[in-house]
Amino acid sequence: MITFDAVTKRYPDGTTAVGDLSLQVPTGKITVFVGPSGCGKTTSLRMINRMIEPTSGRILIDGQDTADLDPAELRRGIGYVIQHAGLFPHRTILDNVTTVPRLLGVDKKTARAQGMDLLTRVGLPTSMASRYPAQLSGGQQQRVGVARALAADPPIMLMDEPFSAVDPIVREQLQDELLALQAELGKTIVFVTHDIDEAIKLGDQVAVLDVGGVLAQMASPDRLLANPASDFVADFVGRDRGFRALSFAAEQVPLEPLDPGLTIRMGDTPRDDGTPWVLVLDEHDAPQGWVEPHRIHGPVTREQLHRGGTVASIDGTLRQALDATLSSPAGLGVVVDADGRLAGTVRPATVLEAIERGRIRAQQSGLAYDREPAQAVGERS
Amino acid sequence: MTWFLDHLDDVAQLTKSHLFLAAVPLVIGLLLAIPLGWAAQRYRWLRGPLVAGTGLLYTLPSLAVFILLPGLLGTQILDPVNVLIAMTIYTVALLVRTVADGLDAVPSEVRLAATAMGYRGLRRLFGVELPLAVPVIAAGLRVAAVSNVSIVSVAALIGVPQLGSLFTDGFNRDFLDPIVVGIVACVGLALLLDLAVVTGARVLTPWQRAGGRP
Repeated sequence: MITFDAVTKRYPDGTTAVGDLSLQVPTGKITVFVGPSGCGKTTSLRMINRMIEPTSGRILIDGQDTADLDPAELRRGIGYVIQHAGLFPHRTILDNVTTVPRLLGVDKKTARAQGMDLLTRVGLPTSMASRYPAQLSGGQQQRVGVARALAADPPIMLMDEPFSAVDPIVREQLQDELLALQAELGKTIVFVTHDIDEAIKLGDQVAVLDVGGVLAQMASPDRLLANPASDFVADFVGRDRGFRALSFAAEQVPLEPLDPGLTIRMGDTPRDDGTPWVLVLDEHDAPQGWVEPHRIHGPVTREQLHRGGTVASIDGTLRQALDATLSSPAGLGVVVDADGRLAGTVRPATVLEAIERGRIRAQQSGLAYDREPAQAVGERS
Repeated sequence: MTWFLDHLDDVAQLTKSHLFLAAVPLVIGLLLAIPLGWAAQRYRWLRGPLVAGTGLLYTLPSLAVFILLPGLLGTQILDPVNVLIAMTIYTVALLVRTVADGLDAVPSEVRLAATAMGYRGLRRLFGVELPLAVPVIAAGLRVAAVSNVSIVSVAALIGVPQLGSLFTDGFNRDFLDPIVVGIVACVGLALLLDLAVVTGARVLTPWQRAGGRP
């Protein structure tokens, strides 16, 4: 556990970057520091590994005051990932990854073998090991940055806006990969971002910081969305927070089986019997998209599919389920099982009923929402 | 041309001395400029005095330095050490700023990452900062190399033998051949040293040519 005990950072020119910050970062969880620029989130992060020294207050790691430790030794025990990756341009990818183990005195052969494993783990082909950073895309560089931070297997990882410089699609991949890695490794992660959506997606808990490094609210993402502590937090969390909170709502939505007459296989010719929409499945029963039979003469091809509809998974969230219903041209949200096969459909009204049920139950139990996500859509009727 | 062929051995000997007097100070000067340039880059208040101070040394007339150094060092006027020291001073004068600029050119996020990984002091300098400063330092070193080859010839006036001796010889005898040979040899030597610096820098910076995504 990392403990901020009344930490203040004031600069000689009188500006206060962090003001009397007290909070706890629990072991094995992702804690996100989020806030507008000038809120001291990066300063707070860098005080953990003493890249910046606090003006007053203490930072403890598992009860040990970091001020009593040698800064370089401390840093070697804490993984660090920065924006633009900050890779060493003159070293190969593998040499970048093995930096900290080599500093710690691990012999070259062992360090390189571990480095190769790490590259695979962060989703990079080992053939990239001998390339230089300039030869990699931004997303690949950031993966190397994560591998480098993990190389000495530190219990703590500090991540300073690591994904903000990559394009949105790659960012989403990197976020998903981080969550998958974290599920496996269980590091104590402090993650800094200015993007509230990223904070809500990644954080087990989110610390919203206001200008001047003042803690505005520290809560789990669902509570943050359901119950902002101040106007500032409400503003910062932004619009659509009711809808976004559905990402955390656990409530089962009864599935309705889709009439077999309303599905066809890819490549088959639909019968034009007045049905407005039919769902096209591939040979594994995976939904491909909706088509309008009266527009199709001959076998269905991929080009004819309506692409607007999203697909909810059976163990997905209420947000997914609602979005699937709202985006479906047929008014039926498509739900798939873990193998991607059609599990059934949901109607907007059933999702709304489920939302309403959840609200009433939360009210009765005195909780705004349950923290545990997943296990939402489930259960065939 | 016949003069050149007749004096091939002499010219070779003079070229060797010239190379020695130009190249050795280049190496020593670089080794001295690295800590000075590092200090100039690291401590803001030192930068002005160090860069301007060493830069000023370059304005000292070489002939005056060659003449004054024996008095200051207690060496013989003909001692080649005088020339070596003078040339080292000129090299340092050119390279302190270059080293400081080269270290400036290290991207701040790389410096930050190095600190965050747990690098400290000298290991960070030699492991991360200097390797990245090589392209800038090499550019300065090329200027210093050519400048050294040119300035060394002045030492002929105080009687230290090298290619410059061909110019005084030709001037005294009003004879063009040695002068032409001397100029050609100087240019050749400058090109050779330049090539050595460029090659050395290339060997040290394989990452620079790896640019561009596959």
